[in-house]
This record gives sequence, C-alpha cells and structure tokens, in this order.
Amino acid sequence: MKPFDYRSPADPAAAVRSVAGNPAAVFLGGGTNLVDHLKLGVAAPDLVVHVADLLPAGIEELDGGALRIGAGVRNSDLAADRRVRERFPVLSQALLSGASGQLRNMATTGGNPLQRTRCVYFQDVTTACNKRQPGSGCSAVGGWTRHHAILGASEHCLAVHPSDMAVAMAALDAEVRVLGPDGERTIPFTGLHRLPADTPERDTVLEHGDLITAIDLPALPLARRSAYRKVRDRASYAFALVSVAAAVDVRDGVITDARVALGGVAHVPWRAHRAERVLRGAPATEETYRAAADAELADARPADGPDGGNAFKIPLLRRTLAATLRGLVREDAR
Amino acid sequence: MMSEITVHVDGTPRRLTVDTRTTLLDALRERLGVTSPKKGCDHGQCGACTVLSGGRRVLSCLTLALTQDGARVVTAEGLAARGQGADGQRSDDGLHPVQRAFIDCDAFQCGYCTPGQVVSAVGMLDEFAQGWPSAVTEGSRPPELDRAEVAERMSGNLCRCAAYVNIVPAVQQAAAESGPAAPGAEVAE
Repeated sequence: MKPFDYRSPADPAAAVRSVAGNPAAVFLGGGTNLVDHLKLGVAAPDLVVHVADLLPAGIEELDGGALRIGAGVRNSDLAADRRVRERFPVLSQALLSGASGQLRNMATTGGNPLQRTRCVYFQDVTTACNKRQPGSGCSAVGGWTRHHAILGASEHCLAVHPSDMAVAMAALDAEVRVLGPDGERTIPFTGLHRLPADTPERDTVLEHGDLITAIDLPALPLARRSAYRKVRDRASYAFALVSVAAAVDVRDGVITDARVALGGVAHVPWRAHRAERVLRGAPATEETYRAAADAELADARPADGPDGGNAFKIPLLRRTLAATLRGLVREDAR
Repeated sequence: MMSEITVHVDGTPRRLTVDTRTTLLDALRERLGVTSPKKGCDHGQCGACTVLSGGRRVLSCLTLALTQDGARVVTAEGLAARGQGADGQRSDDGLHPVQRAFIDCDAFQCGYCTPGQVVSAVGMLDEFAQGWPSAVTEGSRPPELDRAEVAERMSGNLCRCAAYVNIVPAVQQAAAESGPAAPGAEVAE
C-alpha cells in the first residue's frame, strides 16, 4: 500500500476543502470498498479524509412522508428504520440483500452509491482496464463476462454498478444533496451515475471534492407497495446477476402507475423508463409484464466470453421483472 | 505517517502508534498481541476478522486503525470472563453463552474462523433483539431465528469446515438462552 496522509476534519466543509485542494485526495466513508482498493493498489491516494463520523447520521422527516437520509447513516440502520420499511420497502429489501451484516454496519448512505464496480479486471491491477487506467484497454471484451453489462455498455467498458441500494434509489426518484467547493446543490439520483462511453474512468457526474451529504426520498405513496428482487449465484452475500426494484399502483386490475429500475445490467443503476411506459395504463397481466421487458430489453447487447458470456441475463431479467411485478400485484389484490 | 491512538480493547485502554495504513486487524494482532481476530482473506470477504466496535459487528480488516481512536472494540477473547463482556452476558464457566453454545454443539472443526463466527453471532443476536429484519424476514410477525434467518444473518462468515452445519444450532441455543426479543422489537407492517 502506498503511504498516505490522513485527516479527520471537524465538519463537512473542512473535508471538502481538504479534498478539493488536493487532486490525489479521497474521502473515506465506511471503508468497505476503499480500504480494499488501497490494499489491491486500485487506489493510491496521497491523502485520505475520513468523513464517515462527521456526516449526518440521522433520518429526518420531510413534508408529506418524504425522508432525508444523512450521508453518515449506516446501511444497517437505514434498512431497519421503521419509516423506510413502511414507506419504501424496496429500499429496505435492497439494502438487506446487499453484502453481509458486518459490511452493512460499516457502509454509509453517502458511500454506497460511490462504491466502484466489482469487475474482476478493474480489481486486478495486472490486467488492462480503461476504468482504472484510461486508454489501457478493456480485458472484459473477449474475457469473462458473466457479471457484465447488457445495457448501455461501450466498447471501452462493460462493467456494471454493484450497489443494490442505488437500484432502489433510482426507482424511487431519490435526490442527492452534494456539498462541493462552490457550495451546495441537489442532483437527481438517476443523474448521478454515468454510462461508460469513452470515459469509463468517471463513474458519476460528481467533481473532485464533491461530498454527498444526504439523500432525499420524495413522498411516493405507491412505494408502500414496492419490492426488490435479486438473483445471484448463491443464496446470500453475493453481487446481483440481475435485480429488479419496482413499485406499482393497481386499480381494478389496471396498472395506474409504476416505477422500475434494474441492477446488474449496466454501468448505472438502470431506470427502466421504457418498461414503465408500457406498464402505465395497461392491464396487470403476464402479457403486459412480457411487453414491458421486451420494450426495456430491445437494445440489450449481451457480451461473449469463454464462460459462455452473459446472454443468459436477458431471459433471466424477463422472468425476474415478471416475478417482481406479479408479486406486487398479488399483494395489491389482497 | 505515524499517529498515536487509544483503542479500548476488551475493556482495557491501549495506546499505540500506527502508520496511516495499519488496519484495526493488524493493530490488534501484530501490535497488541490480541490474536483472536483472524486474518482470513484480508479483503472483507470471509468474516474471520469480525470484532465489535461500539457494540456492532464490523470487519477489522477493512477498518483503518486511525478511525478507531477512542473506540471500544471487543474481540472473541474479550467475550469471556477475563475481558469485559460486550453485553454483560456470561455463563457460570466464564464463557459467553455464544461461546458455550459453540462448544456444546461442536460448531467448529479447525476453529480458525470460530472467533469471527462467535463475535458475529453476538452482534447478530443483538441486531435481532433490536428487531432488525433480514433479507429472508417475511410478514408482520416478529421473526423467529429459524434456520433460514440464522443462515442469512451469519452469511458474512464463511467457513469450509464440515462442522459448518452445527453453527446454526449453536446460534439458536445461544438465542434461546438469551430469552425473547426486546419489547417493541416486532417487525413493522
């Protein structure tokens, strides 16, 4: 591990100044991803600025059932919060499906969306990776792609975003509150992450020194009927092959409103706008679920690989989306 | 860059000087001689290094020691009588009920990952008592610690031993001894 300096500032503004003033500085949240990267040599900062203990660690009630989640709130506390479980079950379920009890006790609301891909080539510094070292090439192209993207990938990067929480946040139209060198601003959660295009080294639209201070969950009554469904290679403690976050409102057998986001399929938590358009106003039937999946997956491009590639994700996602919607509609009919 | 920190380990304040790069796991094992947390994968994947920090189970291999200045850390060793128990629970022989249950149920084979399993189980039982749900918790009734709940909640501790199967009964025995979940710990509708 490369030597680095360490600071534990008194407040978020001081933390932002420390990082913004040093191009080789990083924020340290719960550390579950960054400390691993320090060991692997994936990250080699000159300065580590610890922020996990100085960011808000409470969940604030906003108007009409909306919630403001401090960036220092641990994933375990967020998943267990009674208001989150009642109003936004998809978020609680997504958090609980991610990582392990120990890791959820460490990981923070601000850090979780900024965790980096678990693409094996990104984490292995002996391989080429445009995300880790721009211009070096992408070892996943023609490599092992079981866990890689089928939507929105580029020839430069096939990596997927690993967070479960972020998929739920994308479905819920969450908003990210950011403190930067020039002050505060709010950005939509669905605008936080970037597709790889030809700059896959940039995961998000945040600039150097930008610190997430909170994430707002706007009031969304239909989210009381919401769910997260995750498919993975073992029963627990593994990243998603595919996942679905969904909320639906059903009246007299017709889907009046829907929110859907997908995980494990793209460089970003993938908001499924096309599927939502098919679902809204359509009867809550298997035909509708299938049509929604068809619309969303029309541009899906699986990758080949010596492991058989990841074309299996397309039928898997169809079934997972249908199962998630079917479960919610059944729940709604009770 | 070296810094001086104080960490309360198993009830005893310990001062030490660490490099910024030192993890809590290495500080405990290599600097303080507290070897019950084990270095398994050293990448946060196996749980053998699990300790309680501030009463919560965390991975000491992914924790920089500097972030623990002033923290209260409990290891498997500290759960027994000669240390300060994390939750004040002890059986007559000085062992924590979870430790006793692991022995009773033969919940380990080579034993390397056992201290992490024991600490994780103590943290997990506390989380359960607070009414925290898990990924397999269903419905509105208080969850019982059935096999599925224990396996899910212990899934951060990996073990390749044949005795793996006995960890679940051990955790269930310890849970039964520590009594019902705290009042108000029911699962929300």
